[in-house]
Amino acid sequence: MSLMNEKEQRIAAIALMLFGAAAMIPFADDGYYLSLCVNIVMYAVLCTAWTLFSGPTHYISLATAAFFGIGTYSVGLGIDTLPFPLLVAIAAVASGVLAGLVGVATLRLSGVYFVIFTLGLAELVRQVVTWLQVKFLGSVGLYVFTDMTEKHIFWMLLALAAVVYITGWLVNRSRLGFALRIIGNDETVARHVGIDVARAKVILFMISGAFIGITGAILAPRFAYVEPPSAFNPVISFQVVIMALLGGTGRLWAPLLGVIPFTILFDRISASFPNHTSLLIGVAFMAIVYFLPRGVMGLIDDFRARHAKSRHAAAGVPEAAE
Amino acid sequence: MNSAPLLSVEKVRKAFGGLVAVNDVDFTVKQSELIGLIGPNGSGKTTMMNLISGALKPTSGTVRLAGEVISDMPAHRIAQRGVARTFQLVRILPSLSAIENVIAGAVFGHVRAWGDDAYREAEVLLERVGLGGRGNVPTGSMTYIDQKRLELARALASNPRLLLLDEWLAGLNPSELKIGIELIRDLREDGRTIIMVEHVMDAIRSLCDRCVVMSSGVKIADGSVHDVLSQPEVVSAYLGTEDA
Amino acid sequence: MDILVTGTVLGGTYALIALGLTLQYGVARIMNLANGENLVLACFCAFWLYTAASINPILGILIIAPAAFALNWAIYVFAMKPLVDRAKNRGQLEIDSILATFGLMFIMQGVMLLVFGGQYFSYNFLSEPVRILGENYGLNRIVSLGAATLIAIALYVFLYRTRFGTAVRAVSVSPQSASLVAIDVPRMSAFAFALGGGLTAAGGSLLSTYYTFNSSMGVIFTMKALIIVIMGGVGDVRGAVLAALLLGLAETAVASLIDPGLTLAATYTLFILVLLFRPQGIFGRQTA
Repeated sequence: MSLMNEKEQRIAAIALMLFGAAAMIPFADDGYYLSLCVNIVMYAVLCTAWTLFSGPTHYISLATAAFFGIGTYSVGLGIDTLPFPLLVAIAAVASGVLAGLVGVATLRLSGVYFVIFTLGLAELVRQVVTWLQVKFLGSVGLYVFTDMTEKHIFWMLLALAAVVYITGWLVNRSRLGFALRIIGNDETVARHVGIDVARAKVILFMISGAFIGITGAILAPRFAYVEPPSAFNPVISFQVVIMALLGGTGRLWAPLLGVIPFTILFDRISASFPNHTSLLIGVAFMAIVYFLPRGVMGLIDDFRARHAKSRHAAAGVPEAAE
Repeated sequence: MNSAPLLSVEKVRKAFGGLVAVNDVDFTVKQSELIGLIGPNGSGKTTMMNLISGALKPTSGTVRLAGEVISDMPAHRIAQRGVARTFQLVRILPSLSAIENVIAGAVFGHVRAWGDDAYREAEVLLERVGLGGRGNVPTGSMTYIDQKRLELARALASNPRLLLLDEWLAGLNPSELKIGIELIRDLREDGRTIIMVEHVMDAIRSLCDRCVVMSSGVKIADGSVHDVLSQPEVVSAYLGTEDA
Repeated sequence: MDILVTGTVLGGTYALIALGLTLQYGVARIMNLANGENLVLACFCAFWLYTAASINPILGILIIAPAAFALNWAIYVFAMKPLVDRAKNRGQLEIDSILATFGLMFIMQGVMLLVFGGQYFSYNFLSEPVRILGENYGLNRIVSLGAATLIAIALYVFLYRTRFGTAVRAVSVSPQSASLVAIDVPRMSAFAFALGGGLTAAGGSLLSTYYTFNSSMGVIFTMKALIIVIMGGVGDVRGAVLAALLLGLAETAVASLIDPGLTLAATYTLFILVLLFRPQGIFGRQTA
């Protein structure tokens, strides 16, 4: 199999240009827009990492806040003694391990168990971390003083985004990715063609969790002061689900279609009507379920299919050969 | 090949709560043998297939493949050991193309292939089951027999040591049935070992070397097709007895 | 001893919430993640009835539970039924209903936040102490345990001793077979969903007599109720009651012996044990 076909080379070239352009953003603005862009890239990474697992398996994970918080805490606890890159690696390992444990306990069972388990996971980890801190450190807060500014965080996130996309692309063309597509279609068939279904799911959940942990670690310098309620903020989990589903989970870049509009909308709403964010999240969930079950990507696909059909009809080509 | 059995089912029992679906059944299948597993509805045939393929775990008893105990393995490991199956209600992977459906059988199973090799083999198999050149057709628009063909190609893709066909011929019309029987006959001539659960008696008569008959979870006959079908127990299991 | 009584009281209230949820999930096949908000809403209603109209919260159940029944009936018919009709399989319905009830949860929570704000509420009702075996307990706790017991027994009698209740259980076992014996499955599902909402609301009224509550605590209760339902086995009334008591006791024990901040850790420990060793529930039978 060749490394990349022509279409993939074209996509890679476009992606490279877009990343290059995005990397210039900090030179254009260093204030509000840069911080909005940090949010967008952060959610792009989180949602893509989330979709990596939840897209093919259809498991709705609400564990994002737990992995993110672990990442933030890894940096918060070690920033005075260890170099930052090492802490990021620790964050990846710690959240990957947690994902593995959660996966082993729940991924053999049906989706509902998984949702419930992850729903409380961030809160559970927060309680445990708080308790440990009070017991052994005597206080709950941690200071993260670094000389990193918003633009450094932005560049790191952008680099991470590139890594996530490349990982996603590699997974999709690997045996693991193919196994997951089969699992997403029919688990029984998957088992009977020789796929270790539980192991495939756990591995992917660990990859996804590790990326989310890294994101939390990179964001830690932005908080300056880290305490459990802000690090393990459960709203992140829900926002990620909404944005990813809003964009669509069928393709690697589809979540981006949800991330950009929703991050901007959420930013506006929470600035002007801070008490209405719960309502916004609620309405967004409803809108996705009732009006956009396959996300914006689904709309685009439908449009394309209709377009292709009418073109085929005009040319008199049978539509079976897609 | 020696004459030691490829598959041996030893005193296998499966109980669902109080209901015993398979009751201490024994039988063996030799290399390159095609055996029919028959019996009235609810006699435990599909449960037996599920026990061999690992979809269910036996309550007691063991299943061996070439001497190795497989009944305590999860289904995916049994598949990797070389047991492939089709399903009573055809199970196609709807969002994959036809050729990907076949490749799915080749990547993780007994004999593995990946990439261009898997693709080429899958094309050969599609040709073989009569779907040549239709690898990119969306599976949703396929007819029932084509879906069944596709499922068979997927099962063959791992070059299995034992192939389980669960009512693979059911629901086909007479002309499709003829094609289907020819296809299975071809497989037998290749020397493949096959167990088929079937209600279509013509197919059993024309294809099988040997038959195992089950009724209410118990094996009531085992032997050549002709002998078995004339045994009074078998006749009464199908037609009912006066005092039943 | 203190742990035993306090834990049982807490468990009794959990039991009502969990029974509500197990009916909604077990019979109507909707995993209602807005159930905790339903509970909090009932807390606020009981509070409002007591402070504004001086209606005793125990009697208030007679108003609140039917109102919640009606509200949940409407939710099922207008929001959930379309999803049931559209779903191609059980998995699809599961995902859709989870997402839709998440939406409902945030909308209810958002509205309550706008109306009541985020602060904690409580009121004094029967807060005089009673002595049991040498220790003092709030009378409100004992009364609410009594009320919860009565309601749970009534539910049990209804489900296991009446024709209508048997029909509800039949739907929970198999909707297909139930419709074959002329049970109106959609109606039963709506009824079970509504009844579940009513039970949870009754639990909320009782809870409000001895617990401080606020607009955003619903999700924690939803989660505990979900865990109880799974521990008890979906649709299993006895299992839910037993699991609720177990959870109430475990939480109270951890809170008073180790640290009040670790109640969720206690819940999760139980949850993990159940998932690993008895995923079919305490009384559940292994099925194929």
